[in-house]
Amino acid sequence: MVEHRPFGTALAHLTLLIGIAILAFPVYLAFVASTWDAATIANGKMPLTPGPLFLENYWRTLFVGTSGTTRQPVGGMLFNSFVMAMTIAIGKIVISLTSAFAVVYFRFPFRMTIFWLIFVTLMLPVEVRIYPTYKIVADLNMLDTYAGLTIPLIASATATLLFRQFFMTVPDELVEASKIDGAGPMKFFRDTLVPLSVTSVAAMFVIQFIYGWNQYLWPLLITTRDDMQTIVIGIKKMIVTQDALTEWQLAMATAVLAMLPPVLVVIVMQKLFVRGLVETEK
Amino acid sequence: MAEVVLTGVGKTYAGGVTAVTDVEFTVPDGAFCVLVGPSGCGKSTLLRMIAGLETITTGTVSIGGRVVNAVEPAERDIAMVFQNYALYPHMSVYDNMAYGLRNRGTPKAEIETRVREAARVLELGDLLARKPRQLSGGQRQRVAMGRAIVRKPQVFLFDEPLSNLDAKLRVQMRVEIRRLQRSLATTSVYVTHDQLEAMTLADMLVVMNKGRVEQIGAPLDLYRRPETLFVAGFIGAPPMNLIDVAIGPDGLRPVAGDAGIVGGLGIAVPATGARLGIRPEHLHVVGDEPAPEGGIALSYTVSAVEAVGAETFLHGRLGATGPDVVIREPGTIAAAPGTVRRVVARRDDLHLFDRETGRRIPLDA
Ligand SMILES: Nc1ncnc2c1ncn2[C@@H]1O[C@H](COP(=O)(O)OP(=O)(O)OP(=O)(O)O)[C@@H](O)[C@H]1O
Ligand SMILES: [Mg+2]
Repeated sequence: MVEHRPFGTALAHLTLLIGIAILAFPVYLAFVASTWDAATIANGKMPLTPGPLFLENYWRTLFVGTSGTTRQPVGGMLFNSFVMAMTIAIGKIVISLTSAFAVVYFRFPFRMTIFWLIFVTLMLPVEVRIYPTYKIVADLNMLDTYAGLTIPLIASATATLLFRQFFMTVPDELVEASKIDGAGPMKFFRDTLVPLSVTSVAAMFVIQFIYGWNQYLWPLLITTRDDMQTIVIGIKKMIVTQDALTEWQLAMATAVLAMLPPVLVVIVMQKLFVRGLVETEK
Repeated sequence: MAEVVLTGVGKTYAGGVTAVTDVEFTVPDGAFCVLVGPSGCGKSTLLRMIAGLETITTGTVSIGGRVVNAVEPAERDIAMVFQNYALYPHMSVYDNMAYGLRNRGTPKAEIETRVREAARVLELGDLLARKPRQLSGGQRQRVAMGRAIVRKPQVFLFDEPLSNLDAKLRVQMRVEIRRLQRSLATTSVYVTHDQLEAMTLADMLVVMNKGRVEQIGAPLDLYRRPETLFVAGFIGAPPMNLIDVAIGPDGLRPVAGDAGIVGGLGIAVPATGARLGIRPEHLHVVGDEPAPEGGIALSYTVSAVEAVGAETFLHGRLGATGPDVVIREPGTIAAAPGTVRRVVARRDDLHLFDRETGRRIPLDA
């Protein structure tokens, strides 16, 4: 939309600014809280400007851990979360790309049945099948392992459907031109289909990375050892309700740290991500 | 170099649609064969069977003396230019042309030489680093041609390669394709539904209708001597005038309208009726001189005059109420709408067809 009305522009900006303020203020508050000491936060009169303890608090959070509760440095949790989110995102993309390729480009018996089976799993997220999935993972001795943490979450109907839709819009002539150019199915997949899917892959990566990063229930069940904890669980465990005093400054530092990787992923992938959602390059 | 031989070729799609029936012809080595016909007549299907993109239900296709029914497209030694070009969007112009060669394990230096040569011939030299989306329609078309010629295949296949271009560019590319094909002398099969394109490109024209071949021959032979009503009506623009005729007491007369035709043809017209075909340029407006020997004279009511400069098209009817007839005269003719004129045609310029079977009835028998 191309319009040149100063008032309209000002109004639009104002609306956006208010929206941003509403969204950003709590985040800012969390950051401010992470730079004061526990007593300042606890007395209910926390200043709205950052305090003097930025370096100390983050150092403690990352490498030392809280004094009372988990006692686990957040650095390790960050690493665990990162491994989990990456494995889930990449795993989902690889599996979905190949299964969408199979469903769209090959005529094999029960092709549609298989497609519908994949489709139906949309209705069966981990939360629904949690008991059998847990049982299998436990029987395979995968508790407290990265494999146990990620593999059950990798299969993805959403990504398969997205790639299937995308593949169906790729003109048949491209397949035919490849055939004539002497490229077999796998070569076509590698040389043409995957490069054409880059933007969709980027969009999927962002969505699935955040999905993996935010996992709570599954890691809670599958990890018992403190050194296998993910950061999302770490935050929860830091906030104690009874007895001890919550070290709010460390919990807030952890929250800020937990936010950073997804934000970084979005910023880095932003250009590709937006293109993947709005434009198809064909 | 190779000839393409089709024997009894037919295609029935999985759903039971029969798209092509019993097609039989040979494209001689180095010839430019054009498949032409209305939409849905099975041209693309036939071409795709030659390419190996569609299975062959009946009959055989052979290229260079080798039956290729069960041979993969890549092994048939053909190259194809698609209607929407089908360039790889993510590859540069250079890579688009080089891809097929790379897959065949052609040495790098050889690929380089061939692509540069093709780019020179097609004037794509400055565009090699661009992506297809940064090219104009005509340039994409040339890249698609380039991708075909670098391979030095035995046969080129084209499926309506010019239909996405504007009229001017189409004429230009048509000339270019023809020139390229002549200089490379590669056997080519070209599909189009544009009869002008077909006439100008073809050494050998195959007119198809409803999955069958209607007539095969040199373009001008088809123009001069169409064997069926379909070919008569399809080839030529404006199309041939086709008039239902019957035998009256004074010879031939049109079935509809009053007796406008003077002069019998001296041949037996089948009981089912016949259709007389006369091309617009073969009708001449005259004074009151007699019809040429063995030919016919008609009375013609002019209803509209279209002067386009070099020539003038007259639209009107036979007699006063007869069928519509178009006449093409030199631009110098003077005719006013509403006037009645005498029109003659030579016997050699007349075509007579059986109305039922659509076959030609020879006039010289
Ligand atoms: N994959 C298919 N499955 C079933 N029927 C098909 C298929 N492809 C084409 N047909 C049918 O076969 C007939 C011939 O199609 P074809 O594409 O060869 O026509 P065409 O002569 O190339 O027409 P156009 O000039 O419109 O491209 C049509 O009736 C069409 O509906
Ligand atoms: Mg077609």
